[in-house]
Amino acid sequence: MSKLIYSELVKLFLKKRTYIGFGIVLLIVPLIEIAMKLEGGRFLTIAMRGMSRDFLFFGNLFNGWFVAHQIMNSLWFHIPLLISFVAGDQLAGEATAGTYRLILIRPVSRTRIFIAKYITTLIYTVVFVFFLAVLSIGLAIILLGRGDLIIILRGVLILPESDVAWRFLTAYLLAAWTMITIASLSFFFSSFVENAIGPIVATMGVLIIFTVISVIPVEFFEIPKNYLFTKYLDMWQKVFQNPVPWEEIKNGILFMGAWSLGCMLCAWIVFERKDILS
Amino acid sequence: MTETILQTRQLGKRYGKRWAVKNLNLEVCRGDVFGFLGPNGAGKSTTIRMLLSLIRPTEGEAEIFGYPLKSSRSEALQRVGGIVEKPDFYQYLSAYKNLEILGSLSGGVDRKKIYEVLELVGLSNRAVDKVKTYSHGMKQRLGIAQALISDPELVVLDEPTNGLDPQGMKEVRDLIIYLSRERGKTIILSSHLLNEVEMVANRMAIINKGELVVQGDVNALLNEGDKSVILHAEPQQKVIAVLKSKEKLFKSYDVREEDKFEIIMDFIFIPELNKALVDAGVQVNALIPMRSLENLFLSITENASQV
Repeated sequence: MSKLIYSELVKLFLKKRTYIGFGIVLLIVPLIEIAMKLEGGRFLTIAMRGMSRDFLFFGNLFNGWFVAHQIMNSLWFHIPLLISFVAGDQLAGEATAGTYRLILIRPVSRTRIFIAKYITTLIYTVVFVFFLAVLSIGLAIILLGRGDLIIILRGVLILPESDVAWRFLTAYLLAAWTMITIASLSFFFSSFVENAIGPIVATMGVLIIFTVISVIPVEFFEIPKNYLFTKYLDMWQKVFQNPVPWEEIKNGILFMGAWSLGCMLCAWIVFERKDILS
Repeated sequence: MTETILQTRQLGKRYGKRWAVKNLNLEVCRGDVFGFLGPNGAGKSTTIRMLLSLIRPTEGEAEIFGYPLKSSRSEALQRVGGIVEKPDFYQYLSAYKNLEILGSLSGGVDRKKIYEVLELVGLSNRAVDKVKTYSHGMKQRLGIAQALISDPELVVLDEPTNGLDPQGMKEVRDLIIYLSRERGKTIILSSHLLNEVEMVANRMAIINKGELVVQGDVNALLNEGDKSVILHAEPQQKVIAVLKSKEKLFKSYDVREEDKFEIIMDFIFIPELNKALVDAGVQVNALIPMRSLENLFLSITENASQV
C-alpha cells in the first residue's frame, strides 16, 4: 500500500494543478496582511466603533493573532473551493486523461487504488490547511507582532496572549477535519464523472445550498439542517469561545467524521462498480 | 498438448437494450499470436475491456491462466499486460516516471527493467522527456512498453498501430513477431487492419456486431471457401463473351464496374483464362487473385450482416 500511496503522491505533487491553491494562498494571504498593516488597524476601529464609546481598550489588539483569526474566515468558502479543485480531480482526472485504462488493468485491486487515492487526498487537504495556518499566522506575527486576541463575534471576547497559540493549533486541526469532509464530498462526486470541473461545481453547489438552508431562519429547514455538514463547518470558531464548548466540538468531530466516511464509502461503491469507458 | 491460457464462455455485455458483445467464446493458447478482427464497432474493444477488467460482463465469464476473472481478478491479471485503444499517459511526467508508477501497480520494477523495455521500443534516449512532448507514434510505442513492464506472459494489444505511418506500423508488427518468437509471449492483437493480422497471427477470430463469426487457424481459414479473381479488362462485351465461352474455368462471375469483374474460380485456371481473354482481343489490365484474409473477412462480415 505504501508504494501505491507514494505513486499517488508523486502524481499529485508533480502536477501543476496541485500548486494553484498554494499559489493563491501564497498571493492572497501576504496581500491581505500587508494591506491590513498599511491600514494601521482601521479595520479593527470600524469593527469596534460602537463599543469604544463605552469601553477603554489598552494594549496592541490589532496584532498578528487578530489578523490570522480574520483570515481563518476563508475556511467558509475559499479554502473549500481550492481543496475541491484537487480532490475533485483525483478520480475524474484519471478518466479525463484516459489513464484509468493504464492503472485499472493492473493486478492490484480497485479497492487498494481507491484507498491510496483517498489517503493522498487527505494528505493534500491537511498539508494545504496547515500551509495556510503557518503562512497566515507566521507572516501576521512578523508583520504585526503579538498581543492579546480580540474576538468580535456576537460580542467581544479578549483572550490573553498566553491562551492563544493552543487555540489556533486546535482550531486548525478542527479546520483540517472539516476540510476533509469537503474533500471527501468532492472525491465522491469525482468518482462518477469524467471531467474534473463537475466535482468542483457540484461540491460548491452543495456547500452553497447547505449554507443557505443552515442560515435561513425558516421552520421548514429546522430539522433538515441538523443533518447537513454545514452545521459544524464553523467548528473551529468554537475554540475561540470561553469556555470552550468541548461537548459540542466532540459532537461536531463525530458528525463531520460520519459525513466524510459516508462520502468515502459511496465513492468506493461507485468506483468499484464503474465501467471504464473513457 | 497446447495449453489454453485465455478462455471466454458465453461472454456478453449489454448497454441498455443493445448487446455490444454477445455469447462470445474465445480460446487463446500459449504461444499464439491471436488476431482479433472485426470492423469498427464490432465489439473488439468492449471484449478487450472485459478481458482486462475495465468493464464488467453482463453475462458469461472469462478465465485467464485458469483463474476466473470475476472472482480472482488479481491472480488472473498477474501475468497480463495490455494496451487499450489510444495510448494515454500522465502527460506531465516523463516516460520513465510513467513506467515507474505503472510498474509499482504490478509489484514494482527496477530502473534496469524500465530502460530495458524503453530500449525494446526504441525510446530509451527519450526516457526523461515529458510524454507531452512525444509524437503519436512514440506514445503508441510507449503504450507497448507499459504493457511489457511487468514482463507478462500474455500481452493484449488493442489496435496498436492506429494512427501510425507505414514505417511505424511495420516496426510494431516486427516487435510483435519478436515478442512472440524470441520472448515467447502470447499475444492478442485486436485490429481492423486485416493484412496486419494476416502478417503476424497464427490464429484468429472474427467478430461482427458483437458476435463471433469464425475462429481458428489463420492458414486453415484462408484456404477455406471460394477463391476469387478480380479482373480489370475492357471492353466489357468482349470480356463477357469470353467468360460465357469458358464457363468450365470458373464457378460464377459478377460485373462490379464497367471494366471490373469478380470471378469465383480456382487459381490454377488463371493462365488459361488470361490466354482466352488475350486471344479474343481483350485488353487485360490486371488479374488479381484474392485469397487474402481481407477477402475472407469481407465476405464473412458481409454475410453476417445479411443474416
